[in-house]
Amino acid sequence: MLALDRVARSFLWQELITGFGLTLKYMFKRKATLNYPYEKGPLSPRFRGEHALRRYPNGEERCIACKLCEAVCPAQAITIESEARADGSRRTTRYDIDMTKCIYCGFCEEACPVDAIVEGPNFEFAAETREELFYNKNKLLANGDRWEREIAQNLAADAPYR
Amino acid sequence: MDSLWTGTIWPLAVIVFYILLIAVPLMVAMAYLTYAERKIIGAMQLRQGPMTVGPYGLLQPIADGVKLFFKETVIPTGANKIVFVMAPMVTFILALVGWAVIPFGAGIVLADINVGILYLLAISSLGVYGIIMAGWASNSRYAFLGALRSSAQMISYEIAIGLIIISVLITAGSLNLSEIVMAQDGLWYIIPHFPMFMIFMVAILAETNRHPFDLPEDESTLVTGYNVEYSSMTFALFFLGEYMNMILMSAIAVILFLGGWLPPLNIFPLTLIPGPIWFILKVCFVLFCFIWARATLPRYRYDQLMRLGWKILLPFSLLWVVLTSGFLVYFDMLPR
Repeated sequence: MLALDRVARSFLWQELITGFGLTLKYMFKRKATLNYPYEKGPLSPRFRGEHALRRYPNGEERCIACKLCEAVCPAQAITIESEARADGSRRTTRYDIDMTKCIYCGFCEEACPVDAIVEGPNFEFAAETREELFYNKNKLLANGDRWEREIAQNLAADAPYR
Repeated sequence: MDSLWTGTIWPLAVIVFYILLIAVPLMVAMAYLTYAERKIIGAMQLRQGPMTVGPYGLLQPIADGVKLFFKETVIPTGANKIVFVMAPMVTFILALVGWAVIPFGAGIVLADINVGILYLLAISSLGVYGIIMAGWASNSRYAFLGALRSSAQMISYEIAIGLIIISVLITAGSLNLSEIVMAQDGLWYIIPHFPMFMIFMVAILAETNRHPFDLPEDESTLVTGYNVEYSSMTFALFFLGEYMNMILMSAIAVILFLGGWLPPLNIFPLTLIPGPIWFILKVCFVLFCFIWARATLPRYRYDQLMRLGWKILLPFSLLWVVLTSGFLVYFDMLPR
């Protein structure tokens, strides 16, 4: 009886018809992919993308050269040198991030006491040469100026959980 | 002078015009078949398919064509140059000449010959030569293995196709494709010959080297099979030939089983739509089945493929020929 059942199923193409039905059903389902460069998926406020150095609203840079980020960085991608400025405050003279070393763990922004170094929402910073990915202080500050609105929004959204 | 014009040049010009009238839309159809294939398979895999070139990626086939056209044709040092270059041309030309006898509508056919179906069988059997030539002339073991597989497979399944065609022929009583279609007025042969239609679909998948029988171009074992060494336009001709063969085989399936240009029912609103439109719709449906099968089925192993062809399809279609002729003789329904 079992053998008869199997023969009948194979002659009636039962498995084939089930399979074809399944693919046809999937054809009309919602697509799982996005038309990427034109459509983008949602990002969490905690998304860890390209780094940025932020400023206070009056234009003063936030970073106080405490070097906590440099110390915590597991990939040792951050290099900081500091000096006292003319007004007596301690500021960085050099703040480099080697983006080819960075593992985007987010420890630097977690360690930062003044929310100076943050990982912004930008993930499209691919470059054609390796050297372009050695970010210096100017580049990071420029990133901060460029992404400040989104970064501030993300920080505010995440504030209740910090 | 006058007789030269009316006797030779003018009829020749008319025939060339008709050939272009068939061949040019076919080229476009073929190009967009590749697009349809990518879109449909994409949809079945929950992807979007080509979206970048033109709205909804509609210009993608043109971009592909331009890309292939501007690439360099590489001829391997060890290759037999003449055969190497001839092989894609043979494949492509053979895929095109079959269309000469295909009726698109009542009387809309380039060559209404009485042995149309034999002509088609002959052409599709010749198609294997292009592949053998390509595999041999490439002087590459992958191409050679691909060509061997392909020729063995095409010959095996052609026998089943031949027997299936015989069942249809004894029911229709004619070798002329237009008459076969007219004999289906009222009852398409898919209804009395349904098992044969299904076997025919399987056999044409194998005949055109399509999934799940695409062992000749098995990417994972043969890189890409008999066309491994081909590039640029020579590759494009193989590609065109393969897709053209798909369309041709779909057209044959439509003519033999799905009533060619006839509407599904001879009732008022359906008869308004002209025959060629019905024909194209049915061909599109069969082509969709080709693509659907590709999205659904995994590839057969080669011994399974041969077993299916020789031990299942061939005996079953032979049995069906006997059954059909016995039925027709016993009930005295043989067509005159």
